[in-house]
Amino acid sequence: MIRFDQVTKLYAGNSRPALNSVTLEILKGEFVFLVGASGSGKSSFLRLVLKEENPSKGRIHVLGQDLGRLTSRKVPYFRRNLGVVFQDFRLLPQKTVFGNVAFSMQVIGKSKGFIQEAVPDVLKMVGLAGKASRLPHELSGGEQQRVAIARAIVNKPAILLADEPTGNLDPSTSAGIMTLLERISSSGTTVIMATHDAGIVDQMKRRVIELVSGQIVRDERQGGYQTQAIPLQASPRESSDGLAHTHDPVPQSQVPTATTPAPVRRFAP
Amino acid sequence: MRFGLIMSEVGNGLRRNITMVISVILVTFISLTFVGAAILLQAQIGQMKGYWYDRAQVAVYFCTASSVGECNLVEATPDQKNFVEAQLQSPGLAALIDRYEFESHEQAYARYQEQFSDNEFADFVSPEFLNEAFWVNLNDPTQSDALVESLSGLAGVEEVKDQRKYLDPIFAALNAASFTAIGIASLMLVAAVLLIATTIRLSAFSRRRELGIMRLVGASNRFIQTPFILEGVIAALIGSVLAAGAVLAIVRFFVQGYLGSTLQTTTAVIGMSEALLVAPILLLVGVVLAAASANVAISRYLKV
Repeated sequence: MIRFDQVTKLYAGNSRPALNSVTLEILKGEFVFLVGASGSGKSSFLRLVLKEENPSKGRIHVLGQDLGRLTSRKVPYFRRNLGVVFQDFRLLPQKTVFGNVAFSMQVIGKSKGFIQEAVPDVLKMVGLAGKASRLPHELSGGEQQRVAIARAIVNKPAILLADEPTGNLDPSTSAGIMTLLERISSSGTTVIMATHDAGIVDQMKRRVIELVSGQIVRDERQGGYQTQAIPLQASPRESSDGLAHTHDPVPQSQVPTATTPAPVRRFAP
Repeated sequence: MRFGLIMSEVGNGLRRNITMVISVILVTFISLTFVGAAILLQAQIGQMKGYWYDRAQVAVYFCTASSVGECNLVEATPDQKNFVEAQLQSPGLAALIDRYEFESHEQAYARYQEQFSDNEFADFVSPEFLNEAFWVNLNDPTQSDALVESLSGLAGVEEVKDQRKYLDPIFAALNAASFTAIGIASLMLVAAVLLIATTIRLSAFSRRRELGIMRLVGASNRFIQTPFILEGVIAALIGSVLAAGAVLAIVRFFVQGYLGSTLQTTTAVIGMSEALLVAPILLLVGVVLAAASANVAISRYLKV
């Protein structure tokens, strides 16, 4: 489904690569957490999958297509197979919930009749039935993220990319969003979620890929946010460059180590 | 469905950017009016050339008793006149000449009286002051040099004069005017193109959220760029239509109405047929320039 082959991504004017010789494979229907500090390469990874960026070295295959050989004319058609959700929702403020979801179908030329049928269905699936005519600012953060998810999945993508989808939400709302993502995953969609939310990762027990300074340091089936098995190899180096865990809710001195498990948050049902 | 969606996007864009759109309309209007004026001036020059060159003759003036210079105040003899006529009939020159006719002192006097009837000088002129002449019509008016060269300096010939030379300053002035118009027009067109590009960038910037989402969900480049290009084209088209209208009005009311009535005798002014030819050219120039500059302006937002 997604295969990275020795992929290195260097941004201009930065000698340290954002991704350094990353090789991995993600299979159909998998639910993958991408964890790591800010600047560890999670977003670069997602951008490479979307072909918003091209790798400096290495090859990327997504959905059986070699992204290096995809002409820019074909990129839009390739992207119709991917859905994307962001931390900041990115809804169109002047369009209603229905309009926001319908927009992503209109612009790829879906018929009016089909849109009228598909949008209420997907809104019902994400739990927003009856709120179709609301404007985004009339909704709570969790509801706005549900609209964004509805927009991402309404075209039935094979892969859903989520870049910290719960970053702006409180724990109980986050849990609701995770339940929704789990349901989407169980219907066969591959879900890749970049996150800092230790509680969610620990509770879900899914595949976890941890990036440190652009390198994969851990790829664990049914893993947690912090590993119980291998020590954190790159911790000292990371602390020295001042990027480490600035996003972390716990102070630096209390960063859990391999021997002290991370505090597990409880989800509201 | 898609067409309706694109058109509603275009309408939104135009409404949101109404001040910029108005300035695009005005700048294209004025620049294309200058383009039209330049084309019409060239047409006018062409028409006048055609009109006058057909009528322009080469005059071979013979010496009169009052001619100074080569003539030495001696009237040309019949032999000398016959020799010049023989030259006109010689194979070398005859091929160039359409027809020629001789004008005697009396005929010259009659024509003079007619042309300058309202001039006081006419009373002081008597027939023997006026040159006898051969009036020569050439097949190709531009080849007058051959005639001038071979006949100038013959005994009894005072001067060989190509009447076209009298017209050249007029054409030079008209040409200068039309080049000025072209110069102004091209400067204004550069301004128009840049303004359209800026307008489209502004429009794209105000819709960058939509553009970002369109790219994310895989809207094709053509779908994304069409509304913007149409926006530029519609604004420029309105300006072009105004310019075409202005050109038609100039020809109808100024050239035909004003110039036509003041210059009745010289009928060689352009008419509506030329103006109707210029109008579609202006529309085409406006649309093509707008489409091209909008296309360049929006391409930055299409990079994937």
